[in-house]
Amino acid sequence: MPNPAKSWREIPQRYRLEAGKCTNCGYVAFPPRLICPQCKNREFAPMKLAAAGKLLTHTIIRVAPGSFEDQAPYAVGIAELDDNVRLTAQVVDCDFAKLKVGMRVRLEFRRVNEEGAAGVIYYGYKFVPE
Amino acid sequence: MRDVAVIGIGMTKWGELWEKSLRTIFVESALLALEDAGVDRLDSMIVGCMSSGLFVGQEHLASLLPDYLGRNPIPAARVESACASGGLALRQGFIEVASGISDVVLVGGVEKMTDVTGCEATFALGTAADQEYEGFHGLTFPGLYAMMAVAHMHKYGTTRRQLAMVAAKNHENGSKNPLAQYPFKVSVDAVLNSVLVADPLRILDCSPITDGAAAVILAPVEMAKSLKKPVVRIAGSGHATDTISLSSRRDMTWIESTHKAAQKALAMAGRKIGDIDFFEVHDCFTIAEIMVTEALGIVEKGKGGRAIEEGLTALGGKAPVNPSGGLKAKGHPVGATGVAQAVEAVKQLRGEAGERQVQNARRGLTQNMGGTGGSSLVHVFEAM
Repeated sequence: MPNPAKSWREIPQRYRLEAGKCTNCGYVAFPPRLICPQCKNREFAPMKLAAAGKLLTHTIIRVAPGSFEDQAPYAVGIAELDDNVRLTAQVVDCDFAKLKVGMRVRLEFRRVNEEGAAGVIYYGYKFVPE
Repeated sequence: MRDVAVIGIGMTKWGELWEKSLRTIFVESALLALEDAGVDRLDSMIVGCMSSGLFVGQEHLASLLPDYLGRNPIPAARVESACASGGLALRQGFIEVASGISDVVLVGGVEKMTDVTGCEATFALGTAADQEYEGFHGLTFPGLYAMMAVAHMHKYGTTRRQLAMVAAKNHENGSKNPLAQYPFKVSVDAVLNSVLVADPLRILDCSPITDGAAAVILAPVEMAKSLKKPVVRIAGSGHATDTISLSSRRDMTWIESTHKAAQKALAMAGRKIGDIDFFEVHDCFTIAEIMVTEALGIVEKGKGGRAIEEGLTALGGKAPVNPSGGLKAKGHPVGATGVAQAVEAVKQLRGEAGERQVQNARRGLTQNMGGTGGSSLVHVFEAM
């Protein structure tokens, strides 16, 4: 089992959607970065991602990696949030047949996975149809 | 920079090779390549392997493989760029010979994937994506390419049937390749009726899990001229990277790293895409081949689906793609794929490709990519 620090240090991003906005060119880094890939500036102002957006693409995972086997089948998508940041997450509380490019989704805080009976329970964001 | 030739090629039958270990499949291919080259000398070796750690629990291939090839103490390196590890090994070997540091270099690729369960293999392959921001949410590789397919279908009207036609074409070619894992034909309807893996991709849209290795021997062109085999030169090498996560790309329907790597390789070779007689590309999923034909410039953006329908990329077409059967039929032992593409290119340019020979082939291009296009390698080969 990995050291819990592996998930603990991602908490600001996964629980609170904390991103960094480049103080020079406005590029939004999520997860946060040390250097802007666009202008090489190293200063970022903290910001919180928009809570909703639209789905750009989607799929239904039917063959899952080991730790997600018990959740399959489940939907995953990439959405463009209202602040233009793109994010990957599961799409839940949604009829598979209704998944559509362009559909509105909002971000909700949910349980993502767990490391067996005694390990860390991972939380994070998921998309829910608006 | 010296001109570099491929003087030897080696590849054994690919498949689920339960009776053979990683070291065995590598050494078999390496010995074939050395025999084919007809040289005794080996100055150095570079091997592409994505994840021997996760697949067989073995690292330090840079000691294991020269040891079992009986070549200690020559220098050896293992390089990794996910599914493009083989292409990367080829480029590093090319650089080593071109620079004059070594004369005779063995470039190998190997992956032993069937020692683990399907779920464990899915996990190992998934490490080519962003583990913390893609894998964390349960994404798999078929899932990532499925999302690229949905975006491509939505933007350009690419059809489910066109995807299936890529698989049917590559199996048609692969049925003529005795070393392929699945050397048989598959109909479009069989693909359309196969089980869903990640909608809209079905199992027959996916390259398989494969044990396999391949090897080539590189040397300066001047040395190659003194040997018996027809001389095949590596005329161009291109390499480019892109963001690891798919969501960071502005256009999910376009593989920029392949586009950039191809431009570099063609510029080095002094050629245009229209000068190339055949292509070996990274069809890890059917949608990937469609997107790669666009990124290489064989067809315009968005026209990859129509190209397969019109037969442009068929063996007898104007721009044959994957005469070997591609990853789809030949198999995809991830680290070996980029080297096997070079093996096929040399076979075609020597006129040794048998039933799947591309007529009058003088120039071939190979394209190998890691992840969803986070890294790409393109090489141009020319018969001299």
